[in-house]
Amino acid sequence: MMNYIWAGMIFLSLVFSLFTGNTQEVSQSLISGAGEAVELLLSILGVLCFWSGIMEIAKRAKITDMLAKIFAPVLSPLFPCVDKSSEAMHCISLNISANLLGLGNAATPFGLQAMKELQKLNPIRDRASDSQVVFVVMNTASLQLLPTTLCAYRASFGSEKPFEVIPCVWLSSAVALLVGITVAKVLCTDERKKG
Amino acid sequence: MPLIVVLFIGVGIVRKVGVFDAFLQGAKEGLHTAYLIAPTLVGLITAVSMLKASGAIDMLTELISPVAQRMGFPAEIVPVALLRPISGGGSTALLVDILERLGPDSFAGRIVSVMAGSTETTFYAIAVYYGSVGIKKSRHTLLAGLCADFTAVVFSVLTVRLFMD
Repeated sequence: MMNYIWAGMIFLSLVFSLFTGNTQEVSQSLISGAGEAVELLLSILGVLCFWSGIMEIAKRAKITDMLAKIFAPVLSPLFPCVDKSSEAMHCISLNISANLLGLGNAATPFGLQAMKELQKLNPIRDRASDSQVVFVVMNTASLQLLPTTLCAYRASFGSEKPFEVIPCVWLSSAVALLVGITVAKVLCTDERKKG
Repeated sequence: MPLIVVLFIGVGIVRKVGVFDAFLQGAKEGLHTAYLIAPTLVGLITAVSMLKASGAIDMLTELISPVAQRMGFPAEIVPVALLRPISGGGSTALLVDILERLGPDSFAGRIVSVMAGSTETTFYAIAVYYGSVGIKKSRHTLLAGLCADFTAVVFSVLTVRLFMD
């Protein structure tokens, strides 16, 4: 899948640049884009290390245990193949808590850790398991309770009520998440085969 | 955020965890993760910036805008909706531009705000999460993610229309 998308994007940019005459810009972006990626990586590197460290503390102090118990009623039906008290479930719970609190920077390292744990349960190494599909889809939707960055932008451009969009944000992200998970679940065929 | 860090470390101390040792161990794993996702990031972000530079997204916007307008979507939100799944930085730049030009309390300004709040950069998340564990077959993840994004776009227009206009 990613093979075709990636190749398609590069192929399309070349074809389009011939039409629009942006060939110069495209060759420029090839260099600057690669640089941008490294800059992004460097900018998240510190945070990634720091929060991974904090996560290890949370694991050893059994904080993730607690969170997993709190989220169990919601998460168990979503991840039927993952044991409730497993390391994977702990990481998923921590990722979701961080997402809800709007700690996007922390949510990514927690999520990557969760993927690593889910991969241990994955029978086919290079193919996503049902649980991994559902988990990644949850992370492609927005779970934030208070979109602080967004409200800060709105306030900085002189919004009278920067927070007034929040109920709409909740409603549309909840529906979007529901649609995403439903599509993911309906097309997940592995579990049914096993059962 | 600092509060949570203090809370975690505090609980760790109370429960007699070697907090600094644990931190170092975890941070080392974080570094390893960064190493694992680096190739994915370079490949994807370069391709996206090439696509942006080629003018393909502008052309697509021009194609979709008339249709969107007929359905009651302001034309300004189309490029944001198209760019959002593939580029966080790019779509934020567009969001800021709209807030600045049209105002955060305008119809389009409110819609893009809701849209930005209810979507994530789907491609980036998929590439990074799967890239970190070496999964090549993502199956229907992208389809589900894009369905969620599309729903969020439609609902940002609907909710702003219904509740705020």
